[in-house]
Amino acid sequence: MQLTLEFGGGLELLCESKKIHKVNVETQKGVEKLTMKDLLTWVRTNLIKERPEMFMKGDTVRPGVLVLVNDCDWELSGQLNTTLEEKDVVVFISTLHGG
Amino acid sequence: MEKEGDAKPKNTAPRLCCVCNHRRPALKRPKTLDQICRECFYEVFEEEIHQVIVENQLFKPGERVAIGASGGKDSTVLAYVLSKLNRQHQYGLDLFLLSIDEGITGYRDDSLETVKRNEIQYGLPLKVVSYKDLYGWTMDEIVKIIGLKNNCTFCGVFRRQALDRGAAMLKVDKVATGHNADDIAETVLLNILRGDIARLSRCTAITTGEDGPIPRCKPFKFHLLQIPNCILTYAYFKRLDYFSTECIYSPNAYRGFAREFIKDLERIRPRAILDIIKSGEDFRISTTTKMPEQGTCERCGYISSQKWCKACVLLEGLNRGLPKLGIGRSRGLNIERKKDVKENNLTESIESKQCGTLDF
Ligand SMILES: [Zn+2]
Ligand SMILES: [Zn+2]
Ligand SMILES: [Zn+2]
Repeated sequence: MQLTLEFGGGLELLCESKKIHKVNVETQKGVEKLTMKDLLTWVRTNLIKERPEMFMKGDTVRPGVLVLVNDCDWELSGQLNTTLEEKDVVVFISTLHGG
Repeated sequence: MEKEGDAKPKNTAPRLCCVCNHRRPALKRPKTLDQICRECFYEVFEEEIHQVIVENQLFKPGERVAIGASGGKDSTVLAYVLSKLNRQHQYGLDLFLLSIDEGITGYRDDSLETVKRNEIQYGLPLKVVSYKDLYGWTMDEIVKIIGLKNNCTFCGVFRRQALDRGAAMLKVDKVATGHNADDIAETVLLNILRGDIARLSRCTAITTGEDGPIPRCKPFKFHLLQIPNCILTYAYFKRLDYFSTECIYSPNAYRGFAREFIKDLERIRPRAILDIIKSGEDFRISTTTKMPEQGTCERCGYISSQKWCKACVLLEGLNRGLPKLGIGRSRGLNIERKKDVKENNLTESIESKQCGTLDF
């Protein structure tokens, strides 16, 4: 599944200072669906190169990280249960870095 | 961003903004669980700041106001919103951007570039005051001498004073800073942990320093009533040009810990942040607690409760090759007057945000 991921507010520093990542995320065999929960696991394994604790806490993002799916707060789409589709744009921005 | 009709909407809840009942919602207000669209969010946010400004009488018509601009999201949004409201509601303010150049290569030089672009984008005159000009030292030079242990003490003390000096050069009546509710709650917690009662109620005030040379106000004190991370969201949706990298000299674990604790609380209970601020406000200082008296520094004339202000003590140490002077417990220069004010100078930097983020 082709997705565009954007990291900001300092989170880009965890993935080689690159803000925008065009990625292809494999869904599990036989499953067409990809949820935000799956994506977070994928990002943590494949994109985050350092200090993963700045990005995640438990199985979700660290408090203070804003998540937008297609420019909508993921609170509206069910957070971890949000189902992603081809060409979706997911944005992660940290509010913890300096103001 | 419309996606192939409404075939697979991500929203399971009502699909229209509860304010305009017209556009697709982009955000949820935790207090009411209302969903609102981007345009209505801008309006609600700006209106809220306007109400804060009016109700608290933060400004008077004709005043000159400097916005403490670090290039970060808070002060960038403040500059944008304040200049917008000033036009829209005819506040009659003369607005300026005021930045401090601590002399930190790879950090402040980059964030200053952002502020310089903001100067053009928002049409606000910019004044930059540098540590080098004011004190003869850049933070890079200071760190070379003292290392990475106490550098934020220097940074914080110097910044506080630099801001006042810059404001005086601009001849402004007031300085507005981008402190938001998170920052204030964090400061309340830190002051409780340090047992600093004197600062506890002061750090929550929306306007401070009315007795000093130039009062400071925080128009973002209340913003979280509506939406957590609203400043960040506003900056992102509006594609405002801001800079977001931490000061390279500032790991500042203690403050970071308080910040994370607050964000954890907020996730469980969004009101927690405002409750912490409220507790700070409600702390009453008993009459037996001695408050430090304010005087002026004998050397530079800056407000100080001791013979020399903290910046002068630190500078003296640097210039005499004794950089430890003035760090930790006050010794030496101020010894005769330190009795009931000994805590005062030590905590000077606590009110600031992470070192380098230009807050005061
Ligand atoms: Zn609307
Ligand atoms: Zn002085
Ligand atoms: Zn610093």
